[in-house]
Amino acid sequence: MERLTGTEIFVRILQQFTPVWIGLAVILFISWIFRRKLGLYGRLFSSPIGIVGLILILFWALTALFADSIVTADHLSQISGMKNKLPGWPVKGQEGAYYLLGGDNLARDVFSRMVMGSRIVLAIAPAATLFAFMVGITLGLPAGFYGGKLDTGLSFLANLVLAFPVILLFFLLVTPEIRSTGVPLALAGVLFLFPIIFFIMLFSSRYRERPALLAVLLTITIVLGGWAYTGLAFNADPLNVFYMDPNLLNIFVSVVFVNSPTVFRIVRGLTIDIKTRDYVAAAQTRGERPWYIMLWEVLPNARGPLIVDFCLRIGYTTILLGTLGFFGLGLTPESPDWGNTINEGRKLLQVYPHPALPPTIALMTLVLGLNLLADGLREESLKD
Amino acid sequence: MISFLIKRSGVMLLTALCLTFVVFFLTNLEPNLEKLTKSEGNMRMTDEQVQSWLQNNGYRQPLLKRYGEWLGVAPGWTRTADDGKEFGRCVKPDESIAQSPRFCGLVQGEWGRSLVFRTDISGIIKEKLTLTGKLMLGVLLVMAPAALIIGVIAGMREGTKTDRTLSAFSILTTSTPEYVSGVIFIVLFSSKLVGLRWFKGTATSAMENITFENFTLPVMALALYGVGYIARMTRASMAEVMTEQYIRTARLKGLSFGSVVIKHALRNALIAPFTVIMLQIPWLLTGVVIIETLFNYKGFGWTLVAAVGNNDIELLLACSVVAVFVVLITQLISDISYVYLNPRIRVS
Repeated sequence: MERLTGTEIFVRILQQFTPVWIGLAVILFISWIFRRKLGLYGRLFSSPIGIVGLILILFWALTALFADSIVTADHLSQISGMKNKLPGWPVKGQEGAYYLLGGDNLARDVFSRMVMGSRIVLAIAPAATLFAFMVGITLGLPAGFYGGKLDTGLSFLANLVLAFPVILLFFLLVTPEIRSTGVPLALAGVLFLFPIIFFIMLFSSRYRERPALLAVLLTITIVLGGWAYTGLAFNADPLNVFYMDPNLLNIFVSVVFVNSPTVFRIVRGLTIDIKTRDYVAAAQTRGERPWYIMLWEVLPNARGPLIVDFCLRIGYTTILLGTLGFFGLGLTPESPDWGNTINEGRKLLQVYPHPALPPTIALMTLVLGLNLLADGLREESLKD
Repeated sequence: MISFLIKRSGVMLLTALCLTFVVFFLTNLEPNLEKLTKSEGNMRMTDEQVQSWLQNNGYRQPLLKRYGEWLGVAPGWTRTADDGKEFGRCVKPDESIAQSPRFCGLVQGEWGRSLVFRTDISGIIKEKLTLTGKLMLGVLLVMAPAALIIGVIAGMREGTKTDRTLSAFSILTTSTPEYVSGVIFIVLFSSKLVGLRWFKGTATSAMENITFENFTLPVMALALYGVGYIARMTRASMAEVMTEQYIRTARLKGLSFGSVVIKHALRNALIAPFTVIMLQIPWLLTGVVIIETLFNYKGFGWTLVAAVGNNDIELLLACSVVAVFVVLITQLISDISYVYLNPRIRVS
C-alpha cells in the first residue's frame, strides 16, 4: 500500500471526526434557536470571540465523548514495523488501515493517542477546578465576610501556598515515594471535605424554616458525599463505585491544592466588595443568618467574575497537568494524556517531530478555546 | 512607610520560615532518607544497617532540632565513636569536636555539599544562578518591551481592528505554555522536517558562549507565554487612562494624539503593568525549569530537576530556599514600587 498524501490524511482525519461534527452542529443549532432564553450562554452568540472559544471547547468535549469511535487503532497496542513512521503510513498486514499521524517511538498510533488523551485531560481539569472552587468559596466567603482574625489567618495560609513555587511543590508532592508517607491522602482527606461542607451549609442556611425538607436534603448530601468521600479519598468505598487510582489521586490533590488559594483570594475580594451593598444590608435587617447572606446573597451576585475565572482556571489547570506530564510526574508512562505524550515525543524532537506535535496543538487549542470563551463571557457580562 | 516595610518584612520572614520548614519536611521523608543512605553507603545494606547509619549521622533527632541545625540556629550534632573518633554535623573529617564551630547552617553560609556533584552547594548555586540570570535577563529584555508596546497600541484606540488583532494575539500567547511553544519552535526552526534550521534546538553551548543561534529559541519560548498576560494588563490600564478627563483636555488643547499618548497617558498607564512584570518573575521560574530541561541549558531549573531526580536532598533544599526567596523578594519589590509609583496610594 502507498503512503497517504497530505490531503488524503486531512480528509481522513475529518472523516474520523464525523460524530464530533454532527454533535457540534446539533448543539450549536439548538443553542442558536433558543439563544434568547439561555441568558449569558445565549448572548455568547453575539460575540465572535466567545463563539470561537465555545466551538473549540465543544470540539474537544465531543471528541472525549466519542473517542471510542474516532480512534483508528488501539492507543496502547504496538504494531511492529510502525516505530517512528511518518504520518499516513499504511499498517502492515491490515488492508485500509493507516497511522494517520504516524507512529511514536513505541510504534503506537499518534492520532489515536491524542484522541484518547482528550478523555483524561477533560475528565481531570474541570473536576479539579471545581474542587478548587469549592474549597476557595467555602473559605473565601467567611474570610471576606467576617474579616478580623479569621481573615488574617486564612489569608496568611493562602499567601503561604501562593509563595511556594508551583513547580517545586509538584516535584515534592507528586513523587511515588510520598505516597507511602500518606501526605497526599491527608491532603485529600482535608480538601475533599469542602464540597460536603459547602452543600451542607448551602441547604441548612436556606431551609432552616422547613425541617422536613432540610432533613431530606442533608441526608442525601451526607450519604452521597460521604460515600464518594470514602471512595475517592481513602479508596474505602464498600461498593467500589467511587475509585481513584493512587497516581491520579496524587496529581488531582496537588492541582486542587495549588489552585484553591487563588480562588480563595478572588472570592474573598469579591465578598468584601459585595457585603457593602444595600441588598446585603436589607438581608441583615431582615435578620438573616450570616451563612444565608454569604451563600444566597453574596455568592449569586459574585457569579459573573467567578464563571469567567472558572473558564480561565480550567485552562490553567490543563497547562499544569501538561507540565506534570512533561516532567514525567503523575500518571503512568503509557497513559495517552497530552503532557505525557509531549514528554515522550520531545526526546527525538529533532529527528522525528511528528509524535510531539499533535498533543501540543491539541493542548494549545483547548486552552485557547477556554481563554476565548472566558473573554467572550467577560465582555457579555460587562454589558449588563 | 517605615512601619509598612518592617511589618511587610516580618511577614515575609515568617513565610520564608514556614515554607523552608515544609520543604525540609517533604525532602526528609522516610523513603528519601532510605534512598540517601543506600546511595551514601551501598545498595545492599540491610534495614538494620540503614537504621544505624541514619542514627549515627544525626538523622534520627527530632525534626525541629534538625531543621534548626540546617538553618544554623541550633548547635550541630556530635558523636564520639567507641574508638574515640569524633563525628559531627560541623566536624570535618580528621578534626575534633573542640576544633570545629558549634553552629553550621544556612545562616553561617554553610549550604552543605551536593551528593552528586561532590562540591560545595554554594558554589553550584552561584554558578547556576548566573546562567539562569542571563536567560531571565534575555527574556525580560524581549518580553517587557514587546508586551508594553502591544498593550499600549491596543489600548490606545479601544475597539479598533488593531486592538482586536493584538488582543487575539495576546490570548493566543497566554494559551501557549512553554513546553508547547518550545516544541513548536524546535520543530519549525531546527528540525530536519521543516528544514529551516535557523536556530539550534539545544542551548547547551550557550552556557559558555551565548550566540543568536543558540539562545533565541529558549528566550522566545519563555517570553511568549508571559507577553500576552502583561500585554492584556497594559491594554486594560491604557484603555482606562484614555477615557480620563485630562486626556480629553489635552486633546482639546490641540496636542497631537501621539504626544498625548506619550506625555500624558503612558506614565499613568504603566503603573499596573510594572508591578505585574515584577510578579511575573516567580511565574517565570516554572517556565525556566521547563525550558532549561527542554533545551538542556544547565542552569538553576535544570539543577532543580537533577536534584529531585538524584535525591540530592541538600541541593534540593538549597534550590528551594533560593526559589522561595526569589518569589518573596519580588513580591516585596512589587508592593513597594506600587506604592512608590502611585501617589494616590499612601501607606499609613
